[in-house]
Amino acid sequence: MLDDGDRKLLRVWQAEPSLSQGELAERAGMTTGRAVRRIARMQELGILQGVGVVIDWSKLGYAVQVSLRITLEKSQGNAFDGFLAQARQVPEVIEIQTFLGRVDVRLSVIARDMAHYQQIYRSKILTLPHIAEIEALMQVAQVKTSEGLPL
Amino acid sequence: MTELDEIDRRLLRALVRDAGQSAGALGRRLGLSQPATWRRIRRLEQAGVIAGRQLRLDAEKLGFGVTVFLGVKLALRGRVSLEDFERAVTAIPEVQTVEHMLGLFDYRLRVVARDLPDFERILRRRIMTLPGAGEVEANVLLSEERLAGPL
Repeated sequence: MLDDGDRKLLRVWQAEPSLSQGELAERAGMTTGRAVRRIARMQELGILQGVGVVIDWSKLGYAVQVSLRITLEKSQGNAFDGFLAQARQVPEVIEIQTFLGRVDVRLSVIARDMAHYQQIYRSKILTLPHIAEIEALMQVAQVKTSEGLPL
Repeated sequence: MTELDEIDRRLLRALVRDAGQSAGALGRRLGLSQPATWRRIRRLEQAGVIAGRQLRLDAEKLGFGVTVFLGVKLALRGRVSLEDFERAVTAIPEVQTVEHMLGLFDYRLRVVARDLPDFERILRRRIMTLPGAGEVEANVLLSEERLAGPL
């Protein structure tokens, strides 16, 4: 589906997402017209979904990030849907992932400080439905955040 | 810490979804002039609230059908240098994110692979051989949602 030119473009762009299409074309060694056409095609195919900004929550006063690994009461058929629907309503939840493995769901929760976290945990997390077990891990540091694909 | 007003919040929400829009187009939606929009974006960038930009790619369409989260415990705690582990793990192309955690595991890794045999190869040859790597727990990602957060 993709040729070397497409991959080259994605590699360059992934490494520097702020590049303009002109700069991108130049670094990938092709004309702007050709780069624009390739990008448009990859967007049409849904390979390229766009560029978004990444927010540093610590700069907005959210110093604490906790990873909550949750096991659900799966004997109830609607446990996943019921849990997810309510977890989405908690503003401090910034990521929800579901898994195949020992853990069913993971939530990333941000808070201003530990007292604020405690309050969110008690009033908004423990009240979510169908929870069997929760394990919390606190994030000490983000060491690598690129999320790039090895193209 | 940076304080946001309502327009900053709407601007950030729009930029997280699509950072490719021009300041003019964004401004029209927020009722701001193009220069005023540009100034706000610049201020958020300078304050570090906008930490960067990220290309959003459909990993599956690019041939990466499997994403696995690994919890890694370091063996021989105290005798392994965290720097050595971090340097080595960060250099693995299939490792997209590395977080240093406090709790059940020392590190949390997000790993992409073409399929399960490819994941097994990465796990055995690259992860298990990392300096200091001890117990590893794997959870295969089934679904993922990124939420706007408290904006």
